[in-house]
Amino acid sequence: MGLAKRIIPCLDVDRGRVVKGVRFVDIVDAGDPAEVARRYDTQGADEIAFLDITASSDQRNTMVEVVEAVASQVFIPLTVGGGIRALEDVRRLLLAGADKISINTAAVQRPEFIAEAAREFGNQCLVVAIDAKRGATGWEVFTHGGRRGTGMDAVQWARRMADLGAGEILLTSMDRDGTRSGFDLDLTRAVSVAVPVPVIASGGVGTLDDLVDGIRIGGADAVLAASIFHFGEHTVLEAKQRLARHGIEVRM
Amino acid sequence: MKRVVLLDYGSSNLRSVAKALQAAAPADTSVHISAGAGELRSADRIVFPGQGAIGQCMQRLRDLDVIAALKDCLRNKPFLGICLGLQSLLTTSEENGGTHCLDVIPGDVRRFVPGPQLKVPHMGWNQVIQRRPHPLWERIPSGERFYFVHSYYVVPREQALVSGSSDYGVEFAAALARDNLFAVQFHPEKSQRAGLSLLNNFMRWRP
Repeated sequence: MGLAKRIIPCLDVDRGRVVKGVRFVDIVDAGDPAEVARRYDTQGADEIAFLDITASSDQRNTMVEVVEAVASQVFIPLTVGGGIRALEDVRRLLLAGADKISINTAAVQRPEFIAEAAREFGNQCLVVAIDAKRGATGWEVFTHGGRRGTGMDAVQWARRMADLGAGEILLTSMDRDGTRSGFDLDLTRAVSVAVPVPVIASGGVGTLDDLVDGIRIGGADAVLAASIFHFGEHTVLEAKQRLARHGIEVRM
Repeated sequence: MKRVVLLDYGSSNLRSVAKALQAAAPADTSVHISAGAGELRSADRIVFPGQGAIGQCMQRLRDLDVIAALKDCLRNKPFLGICLGLQSLLTTSEENGGTHCLDVIPGDVRRFVPGPQLKVPHMGWNQVIQRRPHPLWERIPSGERFYFVHSYYVVPREQALVSGSSDYGVEFAAALARDNLFAVQFHPEKSQRAGLSLLNNFMRWRP
């Protein structure tokens, strides 16, 4: 017995409200973040991730308030991502009660930001989010929700980020995201074996068995999913029961 | 009212610990955040949080000039150390090129060696086996999972101080206990029900 594999429901938050997903055409208001987070906590979520999809920067303070509210009621780790570019953003979110900060575009634009943030806050709270798309010879890192290519190899990028101070990699397959056809297991595997830090697999979960595969075949340390939990198809508890049935250690 | 003082030296998990203490506090206990030696000395209980790098942690404690007050509290008040609040109590740490710590508990702090099956940081929910009964383990079964996130672990010279242990490639000390001191490697403030129980036990503890 030892460390459990983690299940992380992800909430997209727009202007302080949970919405059903940035990549869905019809964004439907799905509720108060604290309420939704409490529900997942009760179901046995190991962590909760919040992705701030608010477009306008003057609404950014709202996320700090959301984190404050959630952290007063839910006592499991909280990861916050979306538009974080400065040490001051990281500090404010951590002080509001976030445990980990997920950084994507800002790391691509200025990789040293990761080193600076790690020095200031420790690598345990720094998650580097990588959006990757399959190319001819591997996977390319994309930013801006998969719209902008960087020309960089995702596996090499993950390794570099871990070297600079990322404590964890949140790896999303842009090819699979929103398709519900399962993780890109080759990508997950390639990054998992390449970096010494934990890897969270994301993008493409459509069934509970996809979660099992992400861990067993992809080698992920944690799996993140949004829609299968959001639409009430499955609870986190059901997901854990499925993992346990396949001999994967989980926190029940 | 009994006063629990949470030492504010810039640790990034300060608010999370404060919120969890407030949620777990018995009716006769109030939770205060302070960076002052005077507040520490007048407290009934001390919580010493921590997260991040040990070098910076030690530097901030020196800058705030609270080390003498902390050591005084360690002699007689119920004292709970969390994560770096545990590691900094040892003699030295391998982190930041070798860091001299508070040397309250003889021993050292070592890094996990990453391997193909061993990611570092050790991050997530791991089981804590209770090595001996303690009031802080009350209502918490041995083998319960707590949330960990750390790359270094403590090795006290005196094995008898290990109150709880976990397994991550090596068996390591997840909790140390000595007289009025209890210090944990995991984060009770992020360990849901079990964590809140432990914090509640701490606030009711009469060593």
